[in-house]
Amino acid sequence: MTALPAQTEKKLGLAIDLDTCVGCHACVINCKEWNTSNYGAPLSDKDAYGAEPMGTFLNRIHTYEAKQEGCNAQTVHFPKSCLHCDDAPCVTVCPTGASYKRQEDGIVLVNEDRCMGCGLCAWACPYGARELDQEAGVMKKCTLCVDRIYNENLPEEDRTPACVRTCPAGARHFGDFNDPESNVSKMSAERGGLALMAEQGTAPVNRYLPPRPKTDTGAGNKIDLLAPYLDPMEEKAGGFLGWLDKALEKI
Amino acid sequence: MHPAPSVIIFTSLSGLGFGLIFFLGFAMPEVTGWSAFWYYFVAFALSVGGLLASVGHLKNPKNAIHAFSQWQTSWLSREGVMSVLTLVLVAAYAIGLIFFSTRIGWLGWLGAVMALITVFTTSKIYNQLKTVPRWAMPITPGLFLTYALSGGALLAGQVETAAILLIVLTLMQIAAWQMGDKAFGAAGSTIESATGLGNLGKVRLLESPHSSPNYLMKEMVHVVGRKHSQKLRWIAGITLGLVPAALLLLLPLTYPLALVAVVSHLVGLFAARWLFFAEAEHVVGLYYDKR
Repeated sequence: MTALPAQTEKKLGLAIDLDTCVGCHACVINCKEWNTSNYGAPLSDKDAYGAEPMGTFLNRIHTYEAKQEGCNAQTVHFPKSCLHCDDAPCVTVCPTGASYKRQEDGIVLVNEDRCMGCGLCAWACPYGARELDQEAGVMKKCTLCVDRIYNENLPEEDRTPACVRTCPAGARHFGDFNDPESNVSKMSAERGGLALMAEQGTAPVNRYLPPRPKTDTGAGNKIDLLAPYLDPMEEKAGGFLGWLDKALEKI
Repeated sequence: MHPAPSVIIFTSLSGLGFGLIFFLGFAMPEVTGWSAFWYYFVAFALSVGGLLASVGHLKNPKNAIHAFSQWQTSWLSREGVMSVLTLVLVAAYAIGLIFFSTRIGWLGWLGAVMALITVFTTSKIYNQLKTVPRWAMPITPGLFLTYALSGGALLAGQVETAAILLIVLTLMQIAAWQMGDKAFGAAGSTIESATGLGNLGKVRLLESPHSSPNYLMKEMVHVVGRKHSQKLRWIAGITLGLVPAALLLLLPLTYPLALVAVVSHLVGLFAARWLFFAEAEHVVGLYYDKR
């Protein structure tokens, strides 16, 4: 039944650190690699080497620029995958019972044996977390690597989502938001973890840790630690040109 | 939103068919035998044809049977259940009229009410989506119902009722367009709320996550269709109700004239339904710095 559980025992999700993400897209690639050969239908590509390639991905990286009047712009790399919302609208709109949210850990999944590919769940999601696979005709979404995190055939350090495991910057963290002592809960509390588009009322589980204040944007704090080292070096010409330079300066 | 022909045909034709079923259920007009057959032939062709067109929207139709299972939570499932129940019930009523010249009054009324509930469930599929503020407006279900009733009255040959409803429909549609133009802004989602980066300043997309459009952009960030939206609003606003109402009220009623009125209404219906999808902006577009 596509009713949402009243509450879930765990709230597994990701804390994504926008301060440390370098936008390398390694999580995108590892996500695709793991999920194309495990849970459900493969993540197909269409026209992969053509003029307009298109493929199914469960995780995407946008890069934004934020700029305040009179300040330098900041670049923020922004990974986006399913936020495993507490009040997931994608689940309740599903007519076939293919979409569901697990009572035990809060993961939102699609049972592909029931999905008819109507796409209504993708319309209901404000975050663009669901993509209809053009080859298999079924809805694909982040499973939080449900086939890794409980997989006893994998070494313990690999029992995290593929995107978290591979991130070279340590920008993605996996844990239980229901446990106030978990890594992700602590991190989110410390850094003021954000819920995306809170006005949509979806109550997302994933949290985004905002970029730390920069010192070189010219906003507020004017101290620029690196500035003295970055001043353009005075070019000193020697020989005849040096003499000419000095002579002309004196006139 | 992508104005897919399957969903435009589905919502407009099935609404028209169920609207006609509504009036036939109240014996407006009172028909039996062959004339009843032709009225119900048109009603079923429209409603069933529309529903079949919606199946064309499915990418994995072999699992479509499961769509009847989630009526407790899903409006799309409710729509499926209600349309099948209504059609079965109305078929029984129509068989009585056509073959036995017998009108089972209560069955007709029940079918009529269920036809309207079916149209309501269709409207809720779209109206429930908070992600599309233009659809989430409270006027959407009323608009769908007025479309069904006015088109149904026109097909059922209820001249005065149809003329009044068509004028009401035109006014409601114009109101819906104008309210819809403000709906996205009023919903309060911005690129800043989408990214949570508003405290750093004005946000814009610097680099897209992919070099060519993906499923999300093709389905939900459909900008091309809005190019002619103002012209289409004029076309729909005039042909939808004003032309048919004027023809019905001002000229002596003949079959060719009624046909022109119906064709004019259909042109307006399809143009307006195209706009319903093409003009609808989904909040996911904010992540792409597009609407």
